[in-house]
Amino acid sequence: MYHAANPVREFDAAAPRRRERALEDLEGGFARWRLAWALARGDITHRYRGSVLGPFWLTISTGVMLTALGILYAKLFKMDVASYLPWLSVSLIVWAVISQVVTDATTSLTGAEGVIRQMPLPYTVHALRVVFRNAVVAAHNLPLIFVVFAVFGVMPSWTVVLAIPGLLLLGVAGFAASIFLGMICARFRDIPPIVGSVMQIAFFVSPVIWKPEMVGHWEPFLPINPFFALMETIRAPLMGTTGGIVVWLTAVFWTGVLAALAWTFFARFRGRIAFWV
Amino acid sequence: MALVDVAGLAIEFPLYHHNARSLKQRILASSPLRLKKDEDNRIVVAALRDLTFRIGNGERVALVGPNGAGKTTLLRTIAGVYEPVAGTLRVEGEIGSLIDPAAGMDPLLTGRENVVLRALYRGLTEADGRALADEVAGFAGLGEFFEVPIRGYSAGMSVRLSFAMATAMTPSILLMDEWFLAGDSDFMKKAETRLSKLVTDAEILIIATHDMSIVRKWCTRAIRLEGGRILADGTVDEVLGAETVT
Repeated sequence: MYHAANPVREFDAAAPRRRERALEDLEGGFARWRLAWALARGDITHRYRGSVLGPFWLTISTGVMLTALGILYAKLFKMDVASYLPWLSVSLIVWAVISQVVTDATTSLTGAEGVIRQMPLPYTVHALRVVFRNAVVAAHNLPLIFVVFAVFGVMPSWTVVLAIPGLLLLGVAGFAASIFLGMICARFRDIPPIVGSVMQIAFFVSPVIWKPEMVGHWEPFLPINPFFALMETIRAPLMGTTGGIVVWLTAVFWTGVLAALAWTFFARFRGRIAFWV
Repeated sequence: MALVDVAGLAIEFPLYHHNARSLKQRILASSPLRLKKDEDNRIVVAALRDLTFRIGNGERVALVGPNGAGKTTLLRTIAGVYEPVAGTLRVEGEIGSLIDPAAGMDPLLTGRENVVLRALYRGLTEADGRALADEVAGFAGLGEFFEVPIRGYSAGMSVRLSFAMATAMTPSILLMDEWFLAGDSDFMKKAETRLSKLVTDAEILIIATHDMSIVRKWCTRAIRLEGGRILADGTVDEVLGAETVT
């Protein structure tokens, strides 16, 4: 009844055709987006199994943190709460999405060890799962921004729609990161803690809690920081500006660099993943 | 037409997450066994070495041999999990693998939801999965437990579910590790009927087992592996000949 057309699988160690196999993996992974989606949904529902509010705890904890930090930081930086808190909430929520994607990317393959060693499956499914899982989490947090806007009477301008390509760009970068980091973290188990520390440093050196104009004449150099470029393509539209062409170009550039790195690694070492995890 | 054709196949497991240096000093100097250095100076375990065989339509093959002979590794390689470091592998036909009953199962989902999930793993849609679930429910005979999260299942119940799931997809090549013997005798009878039906449909069965009575009852051919090499390959009587049934 469910008999598939007789598939033929060939492998010759003398001619591994790595590039073709990596492409097939990519195709097969996207063809199984339903599986990646079901797994991602399962990840979220399992995490909150038996809880009354479920994934809305994500929303609540972010909300509580925003209120606390907003009031404290406005006092520390001597800024007006009404102008600072909306900006800070957008910053923190967008940063949380980025940092969670990076952290999840490090375990994209090692976390699926059980499946990888037992059944043949395109590895890109696991990267897609990370992207979908984080999209679900983001969908619970991003609406908070509009709650904060409503509280402080900020009217979002038409530029808000530009946040959508910004988020899509982040999705592409997250997918590439899940493959690249997932692979090197499977091979070298010291990488995940390093990534953790880097993300902590990145939080402070990127303009998340401080505003870009505070660095004065260094401001034009900020897009050298890929985290800033990617974050600004989402944050600026939400705050009512386009972010400027330089930010968008650098964000696309960094995503391209990451994708190229991921592809090179994936094409070369895909066959080794099952031995690494 | 199903076919498994293997020539000069080798699989090596690098020992990555160990202290390679001390391991080298301790084992490598004296070891004539399966630990060796590859060309990049890494320590590897030669899991399968220079295997050549061809399994055609209608063959029921038993992989026999001591623990660590490479039986399960060979099954996984045929399934497409591991890429060989040497040799060629050609597999024609849809593969159904019963290597690890828990693979791809979510313990928090019910039996029915797990069947749908498995269908997604196989690249089918949710609708296909739901249709499949009804079919599996009938064969597995789990009754109301089919709607209960599988982490509450007994070992035998999970085996029933996995077996029903893997064979409901009518694979042309069925790969099986011996865990499925955990079913009760009632279920074993059903399983046997279904397996013989699968095989009479001119497909391939490859089973790794220590149970010689299973081999004699179900298989037409046996391959004896030891230390990752083929020691003997022939009809069941040729390979097991001298051995008494235990």
